[in-house]
Amino acid sequence: MSKHALVQIQKINKFYGSNHVVRDLTLDVREGEFLTILGSSGCGKTTTLRMVAGFEQPTDGKIFVGGVDMAEKEPYERDVNTVFQSYALFPHMSVFGNIAYGLRMKRIPKKEIRKRVMDILDLVQLGGFERRMPAQLSGGQKQRVAIARALINRPKVLLLDEPLSALDLKLRKQMQLELKRLQRKLDITFIYVTHDQEEALSMSDRIAVMHDGMLEQVGVPKEIYEAPASKFVATFIGETNLFEGMVSAVDGDAVSVAVESGTICGRAEGFQKGEVVAVSVRPERMRYSTSPVKGFTIQGVVREQIYVGSVLKSIVVLPNGHEIKLERLAGDVLPMDGPVYLSWQPQDARLIHPRDQEVYHAVETAVME
Amino acid sequence: MRRKKSERLRRRAGAVYCGLIYAFLFLPIVVIVVNSFNATESKPYLSWKGFTFDWYGRLLQNAALLDSFRNTLLLAAVSTILSTIIGTIAAVGMFKYRFRGKSVIDALLYIPVVIPEIVLGIALLTLFATVNIPRGMLSLVLAHVTFCIPFVIFNVRARLDGYDQSIEEASMDLGVGRLKTFFHITLPVLAPGIGGGALLAFTLSIDDVIVSYFTNGQTKTFPLKVMESIKSGVAPDVNALSTLILVFTVLLVVLTQSGLIRRLRRKR
Ligand SMILES: Nc1ncnc2c1ncn2[C@@H]1O[C@H](COP(=O)(O)OP(=O)(O)OP(=O)(O)O)[C@@H](O)[C@H]1O
Ligand SMILES: [Mg+2]
Repeated sequence: MSKHALVQIQKINKFYGSNHVVRDLTLDVREGEFLTILGSSGCGKTTTLRMVAGFEQPTDGKIFVGGVDMAEKEPYERDVNTVFQSYALFPHMSVFGNIAYGLRMKRIPKKEIRKRVMDILDLVQLGGFERRMPAQLSGGQKQRVAIARALINRPKVLLLDEPLSALDLKLRKQMQLELKRLQRKLDITFIYVTHDQEEALSMSDRIAVMHDGMLEQVGVPKEIYEAPASKFVATFIGETNLFEGMVSAVDGDAVSVAVESGTICGRAEGFQKGEVVAVSVRPERMRYSTSPVKGFTIQGVVREQIYVGSVLKSIVVLPNGHEIKLERLAGDVLPMDGPVYLSWQPQDARLIHPRDQEVYHAVETAVME
Repeated sequence: MRRKKSERLRRRAGAVYCGLIYAFLFLPIVVIVVNSFNATESKPYLSWKGFTFDWYGRLLQNAALLDSFRNTLLLAAVSTILSTIIGTIAAVGMFKYRFRGKSVIDALLYIPVVIPEIVLGIALLTLFATVNIPRGMLSLVLAHVTFCIPFVIFNVRARLDGYDQSIEEASMDLGVGRLKTFFHITLPVLAPGIGGGALLAFTLSIDDVIVSYFTNGQTKTFPLKVMESIKSGVAPDVNALSTLILVFTVLLVVLTQSGLIRRLRRKR
C-alpha cells in the first residue's frame, strides 16, 4: 500500500484585508484518506477548503493536488469536487439534471450519462427520485444529491463543508454512516470540515484541529483525544479538567506539578523542573477517595451528582472555586458536601507544554507555594 | 329568516357593485370594438348604423397608420432587447461586485422612474440636440432604452434577492467554465426576472407618448399617430387597429395564463 500525499498544503496564509484568517497552514492529505478539519466557528475551515477548491487564492504558500501546483489552476481545472454547506443545488434542474450536469457539459454520450447517473443514485439510495426538483426534497435528500453530483465526476478528492450541519441528530447519525460507507467503497480521498467533535472522532482516519487560523494538531482520533498537544485541543475535543501550574519535581517519567490547590502528578517525558505546564485529565479518568493518595494533595467538596443512566456525573469544587468534573460507572454515591481527595493514574494525565499565545494565569499563585 | 334575507341582499349588492366596476373598466373597450364594426361615419359614432368590415379594409390602405404601427413594433422590439441586455448585465454586476458609491448608484436608479416623463422627454431632447443625434428612429430607441433600463434592473434585482451565488461555484467546481456557467446556470435561474423585465419594457415602449413626442423628429409611432388623428375625433380605422391589437394581447395573455406555452415547450 503506497499511500502518498495526494493533497499537499504548504505554508499557506490568507488575508482578507488586514484580517489574517489562515496562518502558516501546512497539511498533507494521503490518498484514500478520510481527513477531518475540525475547529470552532470562524477559525478558517471554509476558507481553507475554498483555497483547495480554487475559489480563493492563498495570499502566500502553495497547494499541490496529485503533485501538481494549483496556483494557476481555475476551479474548473482542478480534479477536486465540493459538497457545499448550503448544498448549492441548481434550482432549475431536476435531481437527474443536477447530477448529470457535469457530464453533459463534457459532452459524454447520453446513454452513458443515464447509466452513470442511475448508478450513483442507487449508491446514495435515491433511486426513483430523478425527476424531482430540488425544492421537493428534504434536507437529507438534497444533501445526498449534492454528494452524488460531486461524486459523478469521479474526482480524486472530495471536499465536504459541514454537509450534515443542517440535519437533525438522527438523520445526521445515519448520514455519517452512509458517508463513511461511500468513502470506503469508492476509495476517494475526503477532506471533511466540521465543528462537531463527536462527528470528527467517529468518522475520520485523521483529524486536523484548527484554531484561529492555525493548525493545532493532526493525528488519528485516539491520539487527538488521549494526547492533546495543546490546551485548545484538550478542551475542544471532549470534556476535560485542566490544571495549570509549575513542575515541582521530575523523577524519570514521573512528573509532579504544583498547582493552586495542591500537588498532582502525571507521567511524561521532556519536562524540566520549574517549567510551566497545563495538565489535562478526562472526567472518566478522575478518581476520588476519602483518604489521600500518594503524590496528590488536592481536595474538594462534592457539589453535585447527576445520574444519567449508565454513568454518574459529579462535580467537585476545589477551595479556589474551580469545578472538577468526574464521571464514574454508576455505583456508590459520594457523600454530598463531604470532602474528597482527587487523584488519577499518572499515565491518565496529559501534560501540555505552553504555547506562546496561551496565558497561564494560575502560575503566580502556584509559584508562591 | 331575516338573516337569510339580508344575506341575499348583501350578495345582490355585491354583484351589482362588481358589475359596475367591470362596466367602468370594459365599457370603453367595448365601445371601440363595436365601433370598429359600426357603419357610421358621422362622429362621434353614437348610433349603430349596421355591421361593416369596411374599416378593416380602410386600415389596410392607410399606409401612414400602418407605417406608424410598424415603427412602434420595431421601436419596442429593439428597445426591449437592448434595455433587457443592458439592464440584466447592470443588475448582475451591481449584485455581485462591491464598489465605491454603489449605494449612490442604487439610489440614482429611481430617478428616471419617478421624474415626470415630460421632464425626461425635454431632457433627452436637449441632450440629443446638443450632441447632434438626429431625431428619428435612433433617438427614439435611445430614449426608450433610457426609461426601460431601470425597470429591467428592478425586475432582475428582485430575482437576485435570495440568489445563491454558490450555485455558480458549484458549476465551476464540476468543471464548467465561467461563460458556460453564466449561460447554463445564472441566466436560466434569473430568466423569470429577465422575462418580466423585458415584458415590462415592451409594454412601456409600445404605448409611450410623452417621451416619444419630444424625441421622434419626423418618425411617427402608433400612439403619436393616434394622438394626432384624435384632434379630429377617433378615426374608425384606428378603432379597427386598436381592436386587432386588443385581440392579439388578449390571446397572448390567455395563452400564457393557461400554461399552453409551457406545455408546448415541455413537449419539445
Ligand atoms: N470573503 C470574506 N471576506 C472577508 N472576511 C472573510 C471572508 N470569508 C471569511 N472571512 C472571515 O474569515 C474568517 C474565517 O472564515 P471561515 O468561513 O473560513 O470560517 P469557518 O471556520 O468556516 O467557520 P464556520 O464554522 O462558522 O463555517 C472569519 O473571521 C470570517 O469572518
Ligand atoms: Mg464554514
